[in-house]
Amino acid sequence: MRFDSLIESVGRTPLVGLPRLSPAPDVRVWAKLEDRNPTGSIKDRPALWMIEQAEKDGLLTPGCTILEPTSGNTGISLAMSAKLKGYRLICVMPENTSEERRQLLRMWGAEIISSPAAGGSNEAVRRAKELAAANPSWVMLYQYGNPANWRSHYETTGPEILADLPTVTHFVAGLGTTGTLMGVGRFLRERVPDVKIVAAEPRYGELVYGLRNVDEGFIPELYDESVLTTRYSVGSADALRRTRELLASEGIFAGVSTGAALHAALGVAAKAVKAGERADVVFVVADGGWKYLSTGAYEGTLDEAEERLEGQLWA
Amino acid sequence: MAIEVRIPTILRNYTGGAKAVSAEGATLDELISNLESAHPGIKERLVDQGNLRRFVNVYLNDEDVRFLGGLGTPVSDGDTVTVLPAVAGG
Repeated sequence: MRFDSLIESVGRTPLVGLPRLSPAPDVRVWAKLEDRNPTGSIKDRPALWMIEQAEKDGLLTPGCTILEPTSGNTGISLAMSAKLKGYRLICVMPENTSEERRQLLRMWGAEIISSPAAGGSNEAVRRAKELAAANPSWVMLYQYGNPANWRSHYETTGPEILADLPTVTHFVAGLGTTGTLMGVGRFLRERVPDVKIVAAEPRYGELVYGLRNVDEGFIPELYDESVLTTRYSVGSADALRRTRELLASEGIFAGVSTGAALHAALGVAAKAVKAGERADVVFVVADGGWKYLSTGAYEGTLDEAEERLEGQLWA
Repeated sequence: MAIEVRIPTILRNYTGGAKAVSAEGATLDELISNLESAHPGIKERLVDQGNLRRFVNVYLNDEDVRFLGGLGTPVSDGDTVTVLPAVAGG
């Protein structure tokens, strides 16, 4: 494969079968390896689409400053594109995110403004909105509400999956901005009768839910419940166990949020076996494990790893 | 045996600080009413005009009840119900 520049090489990632973890010959589980994108995560797709849409709309011009609330991967993807395209990038990031993410952001030239750990990404979003209001010349792409986020998956991720696996019956991905599920979900629903779209939502330690009251919660503007078939909450113990299982059984070294998606994927696969139905379940490997080594997710017992992950934003 | 309900930090002022409490009922709606009788005030934090509040997520054995039948979702002994506020990811 040959490309004119790194940016051109975003997407067209491999879809690989999991022969050992698939529960039956006619109930197969497949991994979409999004860690094979230029900066190592699925976020290269929406980041590039949001920037190029803003350029088309005339919002972004050379020398502009981009502002974005992000727990890491979107920031890293934006930083790479911003560097190549000549924009300044400021990321508002919760302080309880891994050190690797911060180093990567700085390496690609992004500036980081930390938001408090308590409240997680909710606080980062709130802080970024304040900063955007105070600095009208800055461009906030706002991944939680920017339609270019889900469009990137509708135009690229979804078509790639269907081309590689026309018999797909289930699509499973992590729920964050909801962009992946909304985009791939809408694309597949238009073309695959009765396809199931399943969300795996990370359930963090208590600190992350430290809101002052239930009316201060956050639902991304992109979220449309009608695209989903169902939604599972996956705790860090299950996510860690599955992340390790994926490496031990299939050799895939993935980040912790992938373990959550795999947990939901194996759950729906088991249901299909029980119901005597055939299934081709695709789940998303959102990133590799590299950025989580310092969290201790891959060392010692599962209990120790879970304890170390308490209070961390692992997706 | 009853149904275990896991309470988020921000609602523990209704449960005397307890992280999890027991309740009974055949549906989620009944369960929440039963919860209310033991922990007055909690229902209003979860339900508004006959629906789950917008920023409240309730999971039955880890599955979001909004995809199961909402407040009418059947529950039974041994189930675990988890209440969480909606937070951002990404």
